[in-house]
Amino acid sequence: MATKSLKKQNAALAYTERQLEILSNGIFGSDELPTFAKKIKETNQFPLRPKKLEVLQLNLGYMCNQVCEHCHVDAGPDRKEIMTQETMQQCLEVIKTTKATTLDLTGGAPEMNPNFRWFVEEASKAGIKDFIVRSNLTIIRANKKYYDLPEFFKKHNIHVVSSMPHWTRGKTDKQRGDGVFDKSIKALQDLNAVGYGMPDSSLKLDLVYNPSGAFLPGDQVSMQKDFKKALLEDFDIQFHDLFAITNLPIARFLDYLIASENYEDYMYQLVEAYNPMAVENVMCTNTISVSWDGWLYDCDFNQMLGLKVASKVKHISEYNEEVLNNREILISQHCYGCTAGAGSSCQGTVA
Amino acid sequence: MADNTYYDPKDLRKFGKITEWSEELGTKFFDYYGKVFEEGALTAREKSLIALAVSHVVKCPYCIDAYTKDGLQRGVTKEEMMEAVHVGAAIESGATLVHGVQMMNKYNKLSM
Repeated sequence: MATKSLKKQNAALAYTERQLEILSNGIFGSDELPTFAKKIKETNQFPLRPKKLEVLQLNLGYMCNQVCEHCHVDAGPDRKEIMTQETMQQCLEVIKTTKATTLDLTGGAPEMNPNFRWFVEEASKAGIKDFIVRSNLTIIRANKKYYDLPEFFKKHNIHVVSSMPHWTRGKTDKQRGDGVFDKSIKALQDLNAVGYGMPDSSLKLDLVYNPSGAFLPGDQVSMQKDFKKALLEDFDIQFHDLFAITNLPIARFLDYLIASENYEDYMYQLVEAYNPMAVENVMCTNTISVSWDGWLYDCDFNQMLGLKVASKVKHISEYNEEVLNNREILISQHCYGCTAGAGSSCQGTVA
Repeated sequence: MADNTYYDPKDLRKFGKITEWSEELGTKFFDYYGKVFEEGALTAREKSLIALAVSHVVKCPYCIDAYTKDGLQRGVTKEEMMEAVHVGAAIESGATLVHGVQMMNKYNKLSM
């Protein structure tokens, strides 16, 4: 189990250039496997262009109370990059006028940003239809000051989306750290207690499943059935939907794939499972991702690879939806992660 | 290294190529194979565990790799996987041991 971020370790893969180099060379450089660009050209889907903007995703910072082995953000307690109130103010201006119908706060653990509550209160005034906070669950039980988060979320009608790699302790703790399972269970019970996730409740509680290893997620519908049954029987926990998300080969997951000699096999799996239907709805076509320091990206993954949008408008301070919508989306081989099988996005499958 | 061994994990990726040398039979086989593993009276998950057990009994390293991964994808736990392997092992050893009756029969027939 990792305890420090790649950045803190000053590991080679903490550098995005090195990650992009790995993704472009090796099996892709030698043409053993087709590059993503080549693959989408086969179905006339190149270049990828945005469709109607639906999701504005803001990363409030890379600080997190956990150091998950698969984390594509390379988040952890040692990451100090968090969004300032000034950048939040710029985001609020955008939130007031955006045509996006979903506002999605992510991190790290977004709740650890000292201005998190203020920001949620202000942002909720804009009345965006779906206001998501991606919570890792354990943060709710990490410190007394977070115990009332379920009530706070309820007050602002936040849609809570939480990670849960498995319904068993062993698998969860292996991926996310010792004690994560028990804390997550308690946090889910706390959320249920205020009404989140209950069958007819409008307080939405969805779970995110991502595989704890070098394999792809199974069928989202069957996984959801298994999760619901196990969590209800064992812990009396209820939730609404399960999003199955594929791990993308970047940051800590890429580091793991290489160290465990699974990289080539994993890329083969992704390429073999390539589905052009998933390309059609891939999340970068309806999302803008904003980093803690206000830069704009096609998605959270491109953010972590340092690939700023290919547009004249690159920063939240100069945000212009019309101009942004005319851009070409930047791609590399990590994109295969979003187009495998039924596809993958922050909202689960797409095809 | 791989050139000097009978089994190379990478060969599993090439399984589909058997169709190139006998298209009709290869296609029929893969169609059949795909159909077998569809959700039916048994769930796809149950079929995956049966496949894992059989993989061990027929001692096919490719199949073991494939159905361990398949199980992981379906959220099958390691305890479930190991129990499936034991089911295969129990039947296999039972098949050996039940021949003990034949041995006993023969022994008794030949003995005064």
